[in-house]
Amino acid sequence: MRSKTNWTAFVLGWTFALLIFFPIFWMALTSIKTETEAYAFHPTVLFYPTLENFRTVLTQSAYLRYAWNSLYVSAGATVAAMVLSVPAAYSMAFHPTSRTPGLLMWMMSTRMMPPVSTLIPTYLILAHFGLIDSRTALTGIYALMNLPITVWLVYSYFREVPREILEAGRIDGMTAWQEIWHLLLPISLPGLASSALLSLILCWNEAFWSINLTGIKAGTLTVFIAGFSNPQGLFLAKLSAASVLAVAPILVFGWTAQRQLVRGLTFGAVK
Amino acid sequence: MSAASFETAEAQRPPVQTGAALFILPSSALLFLWMLVPLGMTLYFSVEHYNLLSENGPRYTGIKNYLYLISDPAFIDSVVNSFVILASVLGITVIGGTLLAWLYDLAFPGAKIARLLVIAPFFVMPTVNALLWKNLLLHPIYGFLAFPLRLLHIGPIDWFGRFPMLSIIIILAWQWLPFAFLILLTSIHSLDHEQKEAALIDGAGQWTIFWHLILPHLKRAISVVVMVEAIFLLSTFAEILTTTAGGPGTATTNLTFLVYSLGLLQFDIGLASAGGIVAVVLANIVALFLIRTASRNLNPPDPAHQ
Repeated sequence: MRSKTNWTAFVLGWTFALLIFFPIFWMALTSIKTETEAYAFHPTVLFYPTLENFRTVLTQSAYLRYAWNSLYVSAGATVAAMVLSVPAAYSMAFHPTSRTPGLLMWMMSTRMMPPVSTLIPTYLILAHFGLIDSRTALTGIYALMNLPITVWLVYSYFREVPREILEAGRIDGMTAWQEIWHLLLPISLPGLASSALLSLILCWNEAFWSINLTGIKAGTLTVFIAGFSNPQGLFLAKLSAASVLAVAPILVFGWTAQRQLVRGLTFGAVK
Repeated sequence: MSAASFETAEAQRPPVQTGAALFILPSSALLFLWMLVPLGMTLYFSVEHYNLLSENGPRYTGIKNYLYLISDPAFIDSVVNSFVILASVLGITVIGGTLLAWLYDLAFPGAKIARLLVIAPFFVMPTVNALLWKNLLLHPIYGFLAFPLRLLHIGPIDWFGRFPMLSIIIILAWQWLPFAFLILLTSIHSLDHEQKEAALIDGAGQWTIFWHLILPHLKRAISVVVMVEAIFLLSTFAEILTTTAGGPGTATTNLTFLVYSLGLLQFDIGLASAGGIVAVVLANIVALFLIRTASRNLNPPDPAHQ
C-alpha cells in the first residue's frame, strides 16, 4: 500500500494546487505582458515577455518611497516588539508567578480586539499631535499590534531551553541581563529569528491602519496598491508588476516561516 | 514538546526575583495603555453627541447613539453582512481546508511543492488580493474568468455589481483557505501514524480512516481555525474598501466598514464610536472561546484524550 504511488492523490493534489495558485501565476504572467496584451479580448498566453512594466513602476511611480516605508515600518516595529518581548518572555518563562498565566492570556486578548474599535480615538489622538501620515506613529502601532504574538512566541521558545544551562550561568555569578545576552539569546536565536520573521510578514501585509492613518508621505505598499482601485488609463500590467514586487519577498519569507505562523497565530493551541 | 503546566513548572523553579518581574513591566504597561486609552475614549465618545463637521462641541447624549444605530437599517445590514461573511468564509475554508489537509497528508510525488502552492495566497497582502480578483480574474471583459464563460455563451458578468457579496466571499475564502489548510495539516501530521497503519492493515478504507480517525483528531484544530478566522474576518476592511467600497448600497458594508465610513467619511465621532463598541462586544464573545481553548493547552493534557 505504502510503496505504491498514490496516483489519485497525485492528480487531485496537483489539480487543487495549480487551481489555488493560478491567480498568483496569472498576475505574474500579466506583469510581463504589455498593457495591450493584458487587455486582450482572448487571454494572451504566447507573447514576448517584457520587463517594461517593472521599469515603469520602479522609475515613474512613487513605488520606491512606499516600498521604503513598508520596510522601515515593518523592520522598526519588529525590532521594537522583539526588544520588548525578550525580557518579558524571559521573566515569564524562567521566573513565573501565579499571575503569569493570566498575564499571558490578557496580553493575547489585546491582539483580539477589533482594530476598528479604537480607530476613532487613535485617529483623533494622532491628528492632535500632527502624527497622521507619519512613519513613526505607524511603527509604534505595528509594534504594539504584534507585541502579544512576539511575546507569546519568544516565551514558547524560551520554555524549550534546558534550565540547567541558565542555572550554570547563575552559579558562575551572572546577572539576569548577562544570562539573557550570553546564554539565552545565542541558544534560542533560530526561534527568535522566526518570531521576528512572522512579525515582519504581519506588518508588511497590514492594511487597516496603514490605509486609515497614512497617505502619500508615510504610506506602505498596501496603501500604494490600494491606489490602483481608482485607476486611470491602462493599468493591468503595471498593477500586476507592482503587486509582484510587493508580494514576492513576503511569499518567500512566508514559505520559510510556516511553522512559526501556525505557532504564533494559534497561540500554540495547534502543534 | 508536550504541553507542560504552569503549576509543575513553577514548583521546579526558584522563587521570583523582583528584578525579573520588572522585565514584564514595559510590555504590559504599553499594551495596557494601547488598549485602555483608546477603548476608554471610544466608550466615552459613544455617549456623546459629537460631529466634527458640526460647530457645536461634543455634549453628553446618553444611549442615543446606540438607539440611533439600532434603528438605522445600514447598521442592521452591516451586522448581518458581517455574519454572512463570517459564516460563508468559515464554511468554505474549514470544509475545504479539512479535505485538502487530508489529501496532502497522503504521500504523492511533489506533495511538498504542491503544498507550498496551496498556502501561497495567505501571504498575498489584502489589497493585492482584492485588486487581483477585481481586475485580473473577475473583470467582466478583461478578467480571465470572462474567457471560459464567453465560450459557454455566458456573460459578460459584472461580478462586483451583480453578486457583490459572493465576490467578496470568493476573495476572502481564497485568502483564508490556505490558513485553515496549513493549521489543519499541521494537526494531521501530529496524528499517530501507527494508528493509521493499523487501521489500513485491518482493511479500513481511506474514507473510514478520515471519518473515524482523522476528523475526531482535528476537532481541536478546527475549533482554533474557526476562532482565529472569526476574529480576522469580523475585521475585514481593505478587501471591501478597494473593491466595492461597501456597495452597491450597503450590500457589502460590514460593521468594520460602517464604523470607518461613519467616523472618517461622515465625521460622526459619536455614532462611529457606538459602532466600535458593538464591534468589541461581538469580537469578545468570539475571543473568549479562543482564549479558553488556548489556555486549556497550557495545562497538562487531559489523559482521557491521549
